Amino acid sequence: MGVGFTTLFGKEVLRFWKVSFQTLLAPLISTLLYLVVFAQVLGQRVSVYPGVGYAAFLVPGLVMMAMLQNAFANSSSSLVQSKVSGSLVFVLLAPLSEIEFFSAYVLAAMLRGLLVGSVVLVTAGFFFPPRIHSLLWILVFCFLATGLSGALGVLAGVWAEKFDQMAAWQNFLILPLTFLSGAFYSLHSLPPLWHFISRFNPFFYAIDGFRYGFIGASDVSPWESLLIVGSTCLALSWATLALLRSGWRVRP
Amino acid sequence: MPAVEIRAAQKSYGALQALRGVDLTIEQGEFFALLGPNGAGKTTLISILAGLARADAGTLKVMGHEVVQDYRAARRALGVVPQELVFDPFFSVRETLRIQSGYFGLRHNDDWIDEILENLHLTDKAEVNMRTLSGGMKRRVLIGQALVHRPPVIVLDEPTAGVDVELRQTLWKFIRQLNGAGHTILLTTHYLEEAEALCQRVAVLHKGQLVACERISDLLLGRQAATLEEAFVGLIRDVEI
Repeated sequence: MGVGFTTLFGKEVLRFWKVSFQTLLAPLISTLLYLVVFAQVLGQRVSVYPGVGYAAFLVPGLVMMAMLQNAFANSSSSLVQSKVSGSLVFVLLAPLSEIEFFSAYVLAAMLRGLLVGSVVLVTAGFFFPPRIHSLLWILVFCFLATGLSGALGVLAGVWAEKFDQMAAWQNFLILPLTFLSGAFYSLHSLPPLWHFISRFNPFFYAIDGFRYGFIGASDVSPWESLLIVGSTCLALSWATLALLRSGWRVRP
Repeated sequence: MPAVEIRAAQKSYGALQALRGVDLTIEQGEFFALLGPNGAGKTTLISILAGLARADAGTLKVMGHEVVQDYRAARRALGVVPQELVFDPFFSVRETLRIQSGYFGLRHNDDWIDEILENLHLTDKAEVNMRTLSGGMKRRVLIGQALVHRPPVIVLDEPTAGVDVELRQTLWKFIRQLNGAGHTILLTTHYLEEAEALCQRVAVLHKGQLVACERISDLLLGRQAATLEEAFVGLIRDVEI
């Protein structure tokens, strides 16, 4: 990894930083609104795990949801925007390898996801001070989940050639995956069919494992979540790199 | 070693054969024109040379470096000014040039960037966002981006399309300077009088095949034409019959 890689990574960071109202502040506002509505309305009535208040359960779920959505949005929107505008040509003309190209987009996506997550967590902490069970699990799931989502964003950005194709990814894949991921509820409260379906959602494991790091309780073992999130991240990265190497939809 | 060496390049897009076995050699230091009607395959050939597309068959080299196997060296040797007016709306002119410079591994390149800005009459626009520039100025930045890594081979794909007379003169003066300094220039254009005035040799592509490749003076003599435009029109008419 050389200067070309660090330049592309820096450019991607600068890109979202220059529009931070849209990329950092807007997700904070929307996530806090979820928190206010759900924690205030349901907080007194719902208890998911014994001894754990609903807000303590909800906050990690919302933080991870925001990280997943924003990491995906960063790499996917940057790629599709530069494809549609034609400015991707400047990156493609450069002597960058596929792995440098992929890593720069994924790392910038991870950074945006982590920044959004940190801002949401700190702000929510003023109202609902979080408890920390294991910082290591929190960090592991932060990095793996944003990496997974960033890689998925690169895959979507490579595939999509128009904005409405990208909107289809957002609306028909990312939104359902993040909302049906146990951010707002425990999997055990679902009917058997939805419980079964949710077990195929990698975002559920990202949220469940991340939440374990805060409250020390989870629907499945954090080791199982680690295995599934880690292997999904690796599989997605491998598939995306293979597509980039083939030149599919990028170097036709 | 030639600046550009193309052997048996083939490319199809579905049923359309964009290139049908093109052979072409451009020597170092040449100012070379690649001409052809719309859809002849000029941009496809340039895209493959630049790594923006992949050939189905054939070998393409820039300064001796094969464009797929040795892509890093091949791309470092090539600067491309794309046909479309593309730009990244997030950055200023200087940021755009610094970023492009960084892609090619050059971190501290501001002296050369300043020289490029001056030569392209963009110094006073250096800190201005790309979005606010006129079309002609955006075109100049595109040229600057192609030059930031001082490539020995420069490809200009329709660089003066939609550009006013003043900018054309500025541009050609600068490109002539670069050619005089040893850079190889590969130009595609529909303005045949520009190609005639600037280039020593010309290649003509038609429906993916090379139908001529010779010195402009030889082409004019061979076709008994007074201008390149006359020779070109006659050549295309003969090929189509």
